[in-house]
Amino acid sequence: MAHYRIEIRVTPRPGILDPQGKAIHHSLQNLGWTAVEDVRVGKAIHVEMDADSAEAARSEAEAMCRKLLANPVTEDFEVYQVEEA
Amino acid sequence: MKVAVLTFPGSNCDYDLYHAVKQVGGEPVWRWHRDRGLDGMDAVLLPGGFSYGDYLRAGAIARFSPIMEDVRDFAERGGPVVGICNGFQILCEAGLLPGALIRNESLRFQSEDCLLRVERTDTVFTSEYEKGQMLRIPLAHAEGNYRADQETLDRLEGEGLVLFRYVDETGATTREANPNGSLNNIAGIVNPAGNVMGMMPHPERAMESLLGSADGLAVFTSLVSSLAPAG
Repeated sequence: MAHYRIEIRVTPRPGILDPQGKAIHHSLQNLGWTAVEDVRVGKAIHVEMDADSAEAARSEAEAMCRKLLANPVTEDFEVYQVEEA
Repeated sequence: MKVAVLTFPGSNCDYDLYHAVKQVGGEPVWRWHRDRGLDGMDAVLLPGGFSYGDYLRAGAIARFSPIMEDVRDFAERGGPVVGICNGFQILCEAGLLPGALIRNESLRFQSEDCLLRVERTDTVFTSEYEKGQMLRIPLAHAEGNYRADQETLDRLEGEGLVLFRYVDETGATTREANPNGSLNNIAGIVNPAGNVMGMMPHPERAMESLLGSADGLAVFTSLVSSLAPAG
């Protein structure tokens, strides 16, 4: 058993309206960042857990995403990083 | 007629629903989210509010409450289930209704009266309305923006599963009449079997003309009359 720090990223699916991203995009443009073409807002979820291996930790994290952490209708997820701590 | 009114931690429309059921002659029965069993119930209502603080996503945590397993069995046996506001969000998260409710397009918590058009009257939730009838009913939510993929949306429209739409004074589904950005101005839907209904506006807050509107009453009288023994 080892201890792992896992970072999961949950983002709005392409084509799904992201009102927060739109508002932030608008605000950035008003602040002078006129080159900004698109903004999408997601979540980073940090999970710490014990697991037999990095692969096992990753597959647990993916199962968590499918069951609870992401809504497949509106969100994509990625187990971004699995780090032994 | 026994109607279970569920309460999750953070529900705040459960007493309104309890009162609504009593008002139409039903017998409301409390069910806490950790209770088990819906035996003997004729219908189940999921109230509005902020279950689990809307953490993660509205309804995402409540859907794993112990009572929700019984709600799923009850729905699969054909029992009528109604989710209002947060209740609708919970039913979508639980997969008992298709689609999802995301942040309002305005990014604001919208609290106002809306106008709804009744799309179908051949359901146990709308039988006491007239087709095309316009209702003035309050809404109060931050995540009421109905989303579904194109295939689901086509199925909803093709099979006539939309029960209520946001409309303007002329009954038209305009962008201005849409308070939250919902696709096709959808305010409420029913499952293909016709026994699970979810809607964002609050019919239980429109039960008395004296208090502004009684346009929500028929949701509850429809339900009661469908459950009353014939003859």
